[in-house]
Amino acid sequence: MNFQLSDLYAISAEIFLLCGVSVILLLDLFLSETRRNVTYFLSLFVLVVTSVISLLVFDFEPRVVMNGLVVSGPLSATLKSILCGLIAIGLIYSKDYLQCRGLHRGEYYSLTLFAALGMMVMASSNHFLSLYLGLELLSLSLYAMVALRRDSGRSSEAAIKYFVLGAIASGMLLYGMSMIYGATGNLNIEAIVSSINSGNSDLNLLRLGLVFIIVGVGFKLGAVPFHMWIPDVYQGSPTSVTLLIGTAPKIAAFAFIIRLLAESLGHPSLHQEWSQMLTVLAVASLLIGNVVAIAQTNFKRMLAYSTIAHMGFLLLGFLTGSMNGYSASLFYILTYVFMALAGFGVILLLSKDGFEAEELSDLGGLSRSNPWSAFLLMIVMFSMAGIPPTVGFWSKLFIIQSVIEFESVWLAVVAVMTSLIGAFYYLRVVKIMYFDSNESSTTRIRYRAGLVVFSINGLMLLGMGLFPGWLLLLCQSLIQDSVRVF
Amino acid sequence: MITLSHYLVLGAILFSVSIAGIFLNRKNIIIILMSIELMLLAVNMNFIAFSHYLGDLSGQIFVFFILTVAAAEAAIGLAILVVLFRNLKTINVDDVGGLRG
Repeated sequence: MNFQLSDLYAISAEIFLLCGVSVILLLDLFLSETRRNVTYFLSLFVLVVTSVISLLVFDFEPRVVMNGLVVSGPLSATLKSILCGLIAIGLIYSKDYLQCRGLHRGEYYSLTLFAALGMMVMASSNHFLSLYLGLELLSLSLYAMVALRRDSGRSSEAAIKYFVLGAIASGMLLYGMSMIYGATGNLNIEAIVSSINSGNSDLNLLRLGLVFIIVGVGFKLGAVPFHMWIPDVYQGSPTSVTLLIGTAPKIAAFAFIIRLLAESLGHPSLHQEWSQMLTVLAVASLLIGNVVAIAQTNFKRMLAYSTIAHMGFLLLGFLTGSMNGYSASLFYILTYVFMALAGFGVILLLSKDGFEAEELSDLGGLSRSNPWSAFLLMIVMFSMAGIPPTVGFWSKLFIIQSVIEFESVWLAVVAVMTSLIGAFYYLRVVKIMYFDSNESSTTRIRYRAGLVVFSINGLMLLGMGLFPGWLLLLCQSLIQDSVRVF
Repeated sequence: MITLSHYLVLGAILFSVSIAGIFLNRKNIIIILMSIELMLLAVNMNFIAFSHYLGDLSGQIFVFFILTVAAAEAAIGLAILVVLFRNLKTINVDDVGGLRG
């Protein structure tokens, strides 16, 4: 495998993003405080162009480039494009919030873009080295962003917790990678697979590595029992950063487990092992996530526990190890990120100078002060709970379908029962909005651009729920074309 | 004669020491940061040992990247620690517990 010029073409989106963020970083130094909007619009521009470029350099067949470090194919191209789009929407949501809190600074935008770059590297990596570097670029940017509100004790506490647990996760992951390297003698995913298939590799060493990798992945996804950091980080960080952590990295994490578990360790004898481990993680996440969320009074913390439950669902589809399961998981994650985007977005929109609308009681009387936003938030909550006209119903249905095909009906029963428990706290939000009144009632949302984005986002959840077919077809064809089960 | 398994056992011991250092430590956060560094070094030990005995260079190259990332990680970790100390006036593990539920 030698270097060719066409290799650069395959990673042109990443190159453009890197150049863009470097320019923004420099340019921002010369801008006065009053012209900070230039940074904001430039970041949006760079993200949108990167998103378009990722789609333009589409390869219909997975193609390994850059000496085996990167794979370019339909799945990575689509995920990269969606990632950048999501981050751009997140920036639009958070602009007003950032301005009110003095966070509307160049660092915020450049760190966001670096995190985006890390996620893109993760989404298209074909080698343990690029997986690890992408993950670290993402994590290091996020640690810094959580701590960005320097005068807040809660933020810095969340940052140190996130940092320590994230570092442990990376350590575990690396230890697992070193074991797999020892067993197969390779770091390249294709070479690892051929080494495992040829039967030359030590299966026990592989299993040992697999355990550590599962622990690392569990930490990063926030699956129980490795979920301790999620609620604290979600609650403690500035809401705009919570929105970033809660959305795009989940897609990157999906790509990460596709590459690590489905592709490199997808050998039947190993799949049997990780499928069992993921079953434990998934069931525990579904139970703990949904039950503990009931006890929360803080909206961000409640959404954090709901994230844990959703990650349990994602793992359910994944552990089947079938193409249908993977595509159900992809469908789930793609729809979930838009729900989370709207859920955290509404907190950003309702927050004012010196007031974080993050307690559940702050939503009281929302239907009177902002009837349209209340209606949209109701759609989001219905979608998270999985109530039919919204897309959340279909994503749960496809996961349960794939689990039943896997012949574990008891898992499907657990999934349904826990969703039922989950419906309680989602519907409680709707009840608070429509039937509770609040003295310090929220005022009208003034931030126009955010409201427009929120409307599109909420209606999209409804629209995708009415016409789920095309998205499912897209997910299925992406998985069929890109996931290389050797 | 030092064999591969000697190195692996050493790596495993270092790794366990670092994990114990993180979870048993009730004193201060700097010790946690030190344990994290130790954890990455244990991984490096594994990679280099495997790389030598397999006769494959890519493991050693991976180690260079891990070292670089560890440096960046330490920088960010210490920066967060400074911010934390300014806000809470303590780096005691037991005193950092404002977020619960």
